[in-house]
Amino acid sequence: MTSGPHHPGRNHHVALLALAGIYVTAICAGFFAPYDPSTQSRDLAFVPPTGLHWVDVSGTIHLRPFVYQEGRAYPVRFFVRGAPYRIGRFVPGERHLLGVDAPAMLFLLGTDGFGRDQLSRLLYGAQISLFAGPLGAALSVAIGLVLGGLAGFFGGWVDTVIMRAGELFLAVPWFYLLFAVRMALPLRIEPQDAFVMILAIVAVVGWARPARLIRGIVLSGTTRDYVVAARALGASDLHVLRRHVLPQAFGVALTQAALLAPQYILAEATLSFFGLGVGEPVPSWGNMLAVLQRYDVLSSYWWMFLPGGALLAVFLLYYLVADALHERVAALPG
Amino acid sequence: MTRRLAALTLALSVVFATGARLASQQAATATEWLVSRAEVGRSGGQLVVVERAEPRTLNPVVAIDAPSREILARTTADLIHIDRETQQPQPALARAWTVSPDGRRFTLSLRRGVRFSDGQPFDADDVVFSFRVYLDEKVGSPQRDQLIVADKPIDVRKLDQYTVQVDLAEPYAVGERMFDSVAMLPRHLLETAYTEGRLARMWAVGTPAEAFAGLGPFRLREYVPGQRLTLERNPYFWKTDRAGTHLPYLDRLVFVFVPSEDAQAVRFQAGEADVTTRLSATNFEVLQRDRGRRNYDLIDAGPGLDYTFLFFNLNGPAQNDPPQAARHRGWFEQLAFRQAVSLAVDRDAIVRLVYRGRATPLSGHVPPGNKLWINRSLPKPTRSLDRARERLRSAGFSWNAAGALVDKDGQEVDFTIVTNTGNTERMQIATIIQDDLKQIGIRVGVVTLELRALLQRVLMTHDYDACVLALGAADGDPSSEMNVWLSSGGTHLWHPEQAVPATPWEAEIDTLMRRQLTVRDVQARKRLYDRVQELVAENLPVISLVSPSVLAGTTKALGNLRPTIFDHHALWNVDELFWRGRPAGGTR
Repeated sequence: MTSGPHHPGRNHHVALLALAGIYVTAICAGFFAPYDPSTQSRDLAFVPPTGLHWVDVSGTIHLRPFVYQEGRAYPVRFFVRGAPYRIGRFVPGERHLLGVDAPAMLFLLGTDGFGRDQLSRLLYGAQISLFAGPLGAALSVAIGLVLGGLAGFFGGWVDTVIMRAGELFLAVPWFYLLFAVRMALPLRIEPQDAFVMILAIVAVVGWARPARLIRGIVLSGTTRDYVVAARALGASDLHVLRRHVLPQAFGVALTQAALLAPQYILAEATLSFFGLGVGEPVPSWGNMLAVLQRYDVLSSYWWMFLPGGALLAVFLLYYLVADALHERVAALPG
Repeated sequence: MTRRLAALTLALSVVFATGARLASQQAATATEWLVSRAEVGRSGGQLVVVERAEPRTLNPVVAIDAPSREILARTTADLIHIDRETQQPQPALARAWTVSPDGRRFTLSLRRGVRFSDGQPFDADDVVFSFRVYLDEKVGSPQRDQLIVADKPIDVRKLDQYTVQVDLAEPYAVGERMFDSVAMLPRHLLETAYTEGRLARMWAVGTPAEAFAGLGPFRLREYVPGQRLTLERNPYFWKTDRAGTHLPYLDRLVFVFVPSEDAQAVRFQAGEADVTTRLSATNFEVLQRDRGRRNYDLIDAGPGLDYTFLFFNLNGPAQNDPPQAARHRGWFEQLAFRQAVSLAVDRDAIVRLVYRGRATPLSGHVPPGNKLWINRSLPKPTRSLDRARERLRSAGFSWNAAGALVDKDGQEVDFTIVTNTGNTERMQIATIIQDDLKQIGIRVGVVTLELRALLQRVLMTHDYDACVLALGAADGDPSSEMNVWLSSGGTHLWHPEQAVPATPWEAEIDTLMRRQLTVRDVQARKRLYDRVQELVAENLPVISLVSPSVLAGTTKALGNLRPTIFDHHALWNVDELFWRGRPAGGTR
């Protein structure tokens, strides 16, 4: 845990801090986003990012940045009153970090095809995309921990049944399964609920991989000399599990979760990309990226790629954290 | 008019048939050539066309999917053809025809000396055989419907080797147009299969090229599944140009299969295809930017015949209907509700955002591209949220403190719009409507479904609220839309296959549509169909939204290319297309 100048632990801290910052921003999207994510400015479709200026035409330098709109300068204001929002469903607010006076608009990351602010959509979209990761990973790993633990600890037919079932799950073409599930769901279902259900299915289907890993750990744990010795001294199953096996398995599970989280973030993006995730007008990084399927968007509006950049950044941070966790687990005694 | 045209072409063909160049071709029977009036071109080269999907069959009797029909239209020919540019019937395999004064008997004189693409002669026996096949219920041809007049199949009889007589049970408004796109079949190749009852399975996509024969400008050369289908020039085709050169000019016509519209645009931009039709407005814009550097033309043929619309589920109460579905239907069945939705929808925004201005807002279901049939007296749709709210208020709706629309029982009004995946334009339209209706307090969910699953819900299970779809008449004639507007029709989308008309206005539309089928005076027919349009606009079973323009991309050096808004957009006159200044043709 001590972090020397070249110790990976430092990266680990920075990455954790950065991730935490991103998650807090996502939770407080209402405050950081200049606009409501579904408000359409229909005359301003595919507007490139608004340029911030500090130097005006006469060469004067301003401390407060401003934007030009139809030849007029509008200063950027802080803590402006705007569209009402709620933080975490309960705390209402109407102050936004940034804004400009009407009729000017502040589109720091440009607008989409309906004239909706990309920055606001990116921030609100993070609420779905970023939480899909940990949620799905937690579910997968929890199931994996229980089933993998049982298989590894008891061995024999329990092991065989669970592991063969796991292989079956690995072989499931889950993508087609999801299409079938979405087809079977009733139409009148809130997009968010449909999304949670689909995510839950992905996570449940994904239990097999962590389960295999944990089974291996548990299996090797139960055959170690000190565990055999403990048993010889009359330690119960429960004692062996609690004292010797689970501490090992937990570390591995945590690393697995850190590795799986970005994969499930990507799964959400993929699902939304194919129209299986959250529906309009609720933004998610996946459905924001889905417009890139259109050749005209792909070839004309570079700012529509930005959610991809955000996705990449979050991925890197998660992998740094997973890496650090992995090293810590490897360094554990036993 | 038509007959004068026919006579003129006949006269021309006689003049040219005596020319020395053609005399050697058919020694036995002097061929009565059809002479094209298009610009005289030069022979040679190949044309590469992108096609959305692969053909399901190459059998013209049972083909129903657009790719099959588009390819078959190049390898087969009909007796009387509707010119896709003038919309007038013109002679094809029948060089002339007469209609009896009561409109019930057609006498067709066949072109002499015509041969199938395998060199076998074509005559009245082939015609009689062809109609026997199309009219046979067991064969199940989609063309059968258009050959049934007043519930009786037409009667086709051979008078002599080059004359056939067609009798109808009643006068038929469509008249000689009914012969369009009914491909004549080679009796010598198909009769055995027909008598053995396996005709519908003949000419599947894997059949070797030698087993086919048709009367179109091209014949099958090679089909590579998943990649391309190559047609080659039919040396026996029955048209020449004014200089006496045999048509078609092109040696080969290659269809490459590119499933997405975006990929089609890319292939065209890269010069891997010479012609692309059905470009989306957004890709049209992208290609336009690049036009300076590449050697292609982009053609906006104007508003097309497709119309996109929103419709509600009006299928009355059903058994084991959940209470929620029944409540939703209660709203949809109120005319005021549908009027309010129509008033709230911003059609101009759809045109601007989804189609970049290359579409037209619709006042009724007939798009402005259909110049012959549109009822121009229908009022232009203007968006008015105030009037929408007033309509809702008049029907007993109100708004709660949160601004949500509530019905008489205090239930919040929300519903789902379904549309098909893969159609980005319809998805965008649904998103715009969703936001429009939010302005009047209605919460709308948008769900995309795979097209087949969607049609199953709409036509079979009726398990949906509202749907955005598009229809397009291949030719603008109302007779081609009987199935949509008759209350008993299978594609009467909002309430299909009614045993008896559910509403008085649907009953009136039924009567009008049936009457227009048998009235021969065009003006009288127009008046009947005008009234249908009024009834649809008044009762809003479909809320017409927009009609996209037909956009095509073509290579500059292609002569005689005149894309139309009617089906086969750029290929309707493929026999006349030629490469200017470049005999080899090919890619840019």
